Amino acid sequence: MSVSVEHLLRLGDDALVAAQRLGEWAAAAPEMEEDIALANIALDQLGAARLLLSYAGEREGAGRDEDALAYLRDDRQYRNCLLVELPNGDFAVTMAKLLFLAAYQLPLYTALSRCGDERLAAIGDKARKESAYHLDHASLWTVRLGDGTDESHHRMQAAIDQVWPYTHELCAADPEAPVDPSSLRPAFMATVDAVLTEATLVRPADGWAPSGGRSGVHTEHLSYLLAEMQVLHRAHPGARW
Amino acid sequence: MYGNDFSDASDEPAGGLIDQVEAAEAALRAAATQARPGAGVDLSEASESDLDYYFTAVIEADQKIEPRDWMPDSYRKTLIRQIAQHAHSEIIGMQPEGNWISRAPSLKRKAILLAKVQDEAGHGLYLYAAAETLGISRDELVDMLLEGRQKYSSIFNYPTLTWADVGAIGWLVDGAAIVNQVPLCRCSYGPYARAMIRVCKEESFHQRQGYEILHTLSHGTPDQQAMAQDAVDRWWYPSLAMFGPPDTDSTHSAQSMAWKIKRFSNDELRQRFVDMCVQQAGFLGLRLPDPDLRWNEQRQAHDYTQPDYAELMRVIKGDGPCNRQRIDHRRRAHTDGAWVRAAATAYAAKRAARTLEPAQ
Repeated sequence: MSVSVEHLLRLGDDALVAAQRLGEWAAAAPEMEEDIALANIALDQLGAARLLLSYAGEREGAGRDEDALAYLRDDRQYRNCLLVELPNGDFAVTMAKLLFLAAYQLPLYTALSRCGDERLAAIGDKARKESAYHLDHASLWTVRLGDGTDESHHRMQAAIDQVWPYTHELCAADPEAPVDPSSLRPAFMATVDAVLTEATLVRPADGWAPSGGRSGVHTEHLSYLLAEMQVLHRAHPGARW
Repeated sequence: MYGNDFSDASDEPAGGLIDQVEAAEAALRAAATQARPGAGVDLSEASESDLDYYFTAVIEADQKIEPRDWMPDSYRKTLIRQIAQHAHSEIIGMQPEGNWISRAPSLKRKAILLAKVQDEAGHGLYLYAAAETLGISRDELVDMLLEGRQKYSSIFNYPTLTWADVGAIGWLVDGAAIVNQVPLCRCSYGPYARAMIRVCKEESFHQRQGYEILHTLSHGTPDQQAMAQDAVDRWWYPSLAMFGPPDTDSTHSAQSMAWKIKRFSNDELRQRFVDMCVQQAGFLGLRLPDPDLRWNEQRQAHDYTQPDYAELMRVIKGDGPCNRQRIDHRRRAHTDGAWVRAAATAYAAKRAARTLEPAQ
């Protein structure tokens, strides 16, 4: 099965917007070691985004490269899930977002590494190794914060409660995708449940399940994120950097 | 991933400096194989003057002082001050460049900049670790930074106003840092010398990236060229000032030279930097903002206008454009992160207690 431009954009935009948010932590993390770790994860996400967007541009065949796709699409044309565009909040919110994203990306990239599209399989194979590291990092912090002090426990639980509704979009069924996200749900739930249990945290009840990112209907946050990301590139049309 | 990926030295804008780093590394390895003055002597009952005799002999033989060796108290204090200031500079230095991560104009440049800021945090960590071998903790040093009792490089108190500033910082600021730091690869204190070898290799790569940014801009659209020239105009004198006050006013120099902590004077290094930059500015097609800059045949060096040292002193004392902002940002990150560090400590204690339980 040959993968569509639309699906490549979904994968690439998730990684790009996640990288943009993680990059906001530079020089602001709770420890110097964490400055390094968050920049490292941002770099991994950015690396995956570049591979995926470049491939999307080639598949589209309209002469758009990774930069044209990143810098010259508006928010209504972005295809990332809502989870990754949510603001960083405090460190617990950032870790909750990273935990859910990595628990989804790890089985996703693992499955993609075996998909019939050779180029996408190679990208998946590279990215799954990085996702395993991201998941490990977010899990360790979720457990440290959940089972740390009273304050950190409350903050971590509040972060999980706040972000949880956005996880439903990750695994929404899409039978036409190279890997149907709904098939990832059991692995995602098993990972998340194990981490939350160890962290003495409670998984919130399912209910409200915001979505729309995959069709370009985003939260109010994305337009600001893109305005900042794209400002310089758009101010100099056609320039090389 | 970017840190060690540099090609042969002739491609480097920093020219032969990388060769000097490698020579220092070889010298360090060679020194380790030779017998040190005082090796095998029982110093447990030695008098202070005997200890001082062996300390001086080690330095004169170009051997390294190591953490467990006896050293004069003032040597220890000077090194703590200098290494800590260096570490603080790496950490504060993440801010002016970090300011452009979110707006970097291409994904490739964004990735390179993220990697660079990550490297700087890593350099800060190596340097704090080197300072800790002198018997002070990183937490104490960070407190001194946050309370304004220790300094960081004056250069990071200037704002990054355009993308070209990221290029100018790489080319000029990292270039000045390398010229300053390459001789430190031969510093008499072993842990500092070894940290500087690692740092210089990565810095020379950063400098080349900055040079490439400016090269692309100066060969780009008229707006991009103007942006590049404006950045060089603003960063030139602050970069010259990074070498510190002129030799006539430098308070720490003579003793640091005798101890082989410093190997060249501020003015010697500044001259070396000017000579290096003039040539590179030619390749870049950018003008250094000094009408009196010219080759002096007699001295075989460039004459140039000195930076405004009164401004340097104002910035060092806290009244530069961004001093308050930089330190406020660092304090805020530290304060906002306190609950996270407390959680990590509490969790580690719980875990240790749980591991002990079954044994009891």
